[in-house]
Amino acid sequence: MEESRRDFLKKAGMGSLIGLGVFKTLDKIGVEDAFASSTKEGTSGTRLGLVVDARKCKAGCTECINACHAIHNVPKFEDPKDEVKWIWKDGYHNVFPSKSGQFIDDETKEKPFMALCNHCEDPPCVRVCPTKATFKREDGIVLMDFHRCIGCRFCMAACPYGSRSFNWNNPRQKDGNKLVGGKDIDPSFPTRERGVVEKCNLCAERLAKNLIPACVEACPEGALVFGDLNNPNSKIRQILKSNHSIQRKPELGTGPSVFYIV
Amino acid sequence: MLENALTGSRKYYNWILCLLVIIGAGIYAYAQQLELGLGITGMSRDVSWGLYIAQFTFLVGVAASAVMLVLPYYIHNYKEFGRIVILGEFLAIAAVVMCMLFIVVDMGKPMRVANVFLHPTPGSMLFWDASVLSGYLVLNILCGWVALTAESKNVAPPKWIKPFIYISIPFAISIHTVTAFLYCGLPGRHFWLTAILAPRFLASAFAAGPALLILLAIFVRKVSNFDAGDKAIQKLTTIITYAAIINLFFVGLEVFVAFYSNIPGHMHTFQYLFAGLEGHNSLVSLMWVSTILGVVAIALLLIPGMKKKEGVLIFICIAIFISLWIDKGIGLILGGFVPSPMEHVTEYSPTTLEILIVLGVYAIGLLILTVLYKTALVIKERNEVK
Amino acid sequence: MYDTGKILIGVAIFLIIAIFPFLLGVGDSSQAPHPVVLKAAGEQCIESAAYMRANHMQMLDQWRDDVVRNNDRTYTNTSGKTFTKSLSNTCMDCHSNKKEFCDSCHDYSSVRPYCWECHVEPKETN
Repeated sequence: MEESRRDFLKKAGMGSLIGLGVFKTLDKIGVEDAFASSTKEGTSGTRLGLVVDARKCKAGCTECINACHAIHNVPKFEDPKDEVKWIWKDGYHNVFPSKSGQFIDDETKEKPFMALCNHCEDPPCVRVCPTKATFKREDGIVLMDFHRCIGCRFCMAACPYGSRSFNWNNPRQKDGNKLVGGKDIDPSFPTRERGVVEKCNLCAERLAKNLIPACVEACPEGALVFGDLNNPNSKIRQILKSNHSIQRKPELGTGPSVFYIV
Repeated sequence: MLENALTGSRKYYNWILCLLVIIGAGIYAYAQQLELGLGITGMSRDVSWGLYIAQFTFLVGVAASAVMLVLPYYIHNYKEFGRIVILGEFLAIAAVVMCMLFIVVDMGKPMRVANVFLHPTPGSMLFWDASVLSGYLVLNILCGWVALTAESKNVAPPKWIKPFIYISIPFAISIHTVTAFLYCGLPGRHFWLTAILAPRFLASAFAAGPALLILLAIFVRKVSNFDAGDKAIQKLTTIITYAAIINLFFVGLEVFVAFYSNIPGHMHTFQYLFAGLEGHNSLVSLMWVSTILGVVAIALLLIPGMKKKEGVLIFICIAIFISLWIDKGIGLILGGFVPSPMEHVTEYSPTTLEILIVLGVYAIGLLILTVLYKTALVIKERNEVK
Repeated sequence: MYDTGKILIGVAIFLIIAIFPFLLGVGDSSQAPHPVVLKAAGEQCIESAAYMRANHMQMLDQWRDDVVRNNDRTYTNTSGKTFTKSLSNTCMDCHSNKKEFCDSCHDYSSVRPYCWECHVEPKETN
């Protein structure tokens, strides 16, 4: 009796595995390519990028931050450890740790520098994401798929620039109509759920309607310029050709698409 | 065979009850976390991995250390380990289950864990980690169970299990190497970006794991009449001695590279951990405790005769285990986030709910270990009597 | 067999628990709900009601990936008309009452999609 019960269980187990497992799995597995992006040499395809002309940034101005965080429903948490931010200001040595920190001129010391996702050519965050929830689009933007993110935060560990924020808490207030921090929710763009990572998306939803990124539009000084880095005739390339520009941590080989004129 | 775990002494039942209470508290805390989010932990935008991933990293090492019994016994025919290989394999099972649980409690969206396998990403080390951990778990369950079943029937294990046992050896090395690869390939984290991270992981694993095994073997000797044998235990101390010295040597190498080159990026984390950085020094005393415990343990292992005394041996094993738990779990993982990529220092300290969840997972691991060990011991005791 | 009495009692208890939901519903003749369909008369949904009732789940699932991952934001329906793929901005534009439209069927069939954790519900105007 004991022997045949065991055999029966073995057969039943194998049968269920085959029945449930194989066909379902074959159906669901999609081995997509996370790196559908422009070539490294940048001779073909679009490569969207930004130039931040820090010379034009005015101390105390937060127009770009306000615009971005408003249309993307970015919450404002009181506790700095829960902070969610897509674009923010920091000091020279924080944004450019590879640059010298000695004998900085007064102007550079006072000035704020904008930090945001660099939409790298070879993003370490995309490399490490186990589900391809963060991926590089053909036009160079590094995007988040909030539907797929499992909240492992590996991308946050991998990003050399600290560009990513995690939703440690629900970004909406308890009643669901306002964001944490009091702002109203902009109904044309979703909020996020607690448990996923987020960052600047280069306003992909605006680009789809042929609008420029909100931060670029909002800057009263025109300090932010947006364009196709692979198009030698674009405005952004003209600026880069005639001004000395730097990138953040270029020695890491990430190939940032955000350039700074300091 | 598992029914052996259902009966035991009064102390056994009390132990199980204790574990269940702790597990219950952990489940309560985790329910809070599921409801409110990971904001109930001490993690932050700058320190985005904390105690959960730290425990996972440490326990992968403990799981890998089963190979330190399997390798000498099956490849080099070191007969003395034959009696306790099962203890190593069962410890590996409990450790791997705890690893997986720590990953699940750390995830922001644990209900989406299937995405890792629905959208396989060979370029991501986390995908490989999930795969090899699952594979290693299956291997240990298979090998341990088959060997124990054979022993309970007083026959040799069937021949077909041998290839699985042999495969478990590279799997053990690989689970810990892949876990190291999670860290040492990230370009923005200079504390982790070192080729010696994987060797360091392996060395500390082969010291901490066998130390725990010795403690378990001594404990088993006290509560049952199964004796692992002094020869086996002393051989394990040899392995621990070498592994601990090599680990200390590796840490010394890291310190040399950081401070002789004087490169700030390399030095900052060591300064934060051992002296404090910009006034932040919450981990300093812990790191020095770890260092002192480690050095003292190694010294005691080297002084002739010390490790033969059971009391001293127990102290040595506890010291090594705690030292490496702090070094690998807390120092290594938290250190990688300080300073942040934008050169800020944010400190981390776990919250009460977070600690309850950690204890809950450890209690689940101990429960699995207890059940498996009880099952094995009843069979071994029966055979001993014969 | 052994313990016949206990086994039969156990089976009886199990059966009662298993058919308990049906026992509760005896005498209740309520129909499946008909959702409120359109805001303004004369407007067409992107596909027929029967098609949408059967396929809106797969369609929205496909739309998610199309829009987010492939930047493919235009849907061409079976009669050639084009729409923007958006739950909040296209679907809810016409079906503007979430309670009557989405929830009435979902609550009845105990379906709890998590769309609205992130996507913003249209404000209740009517």
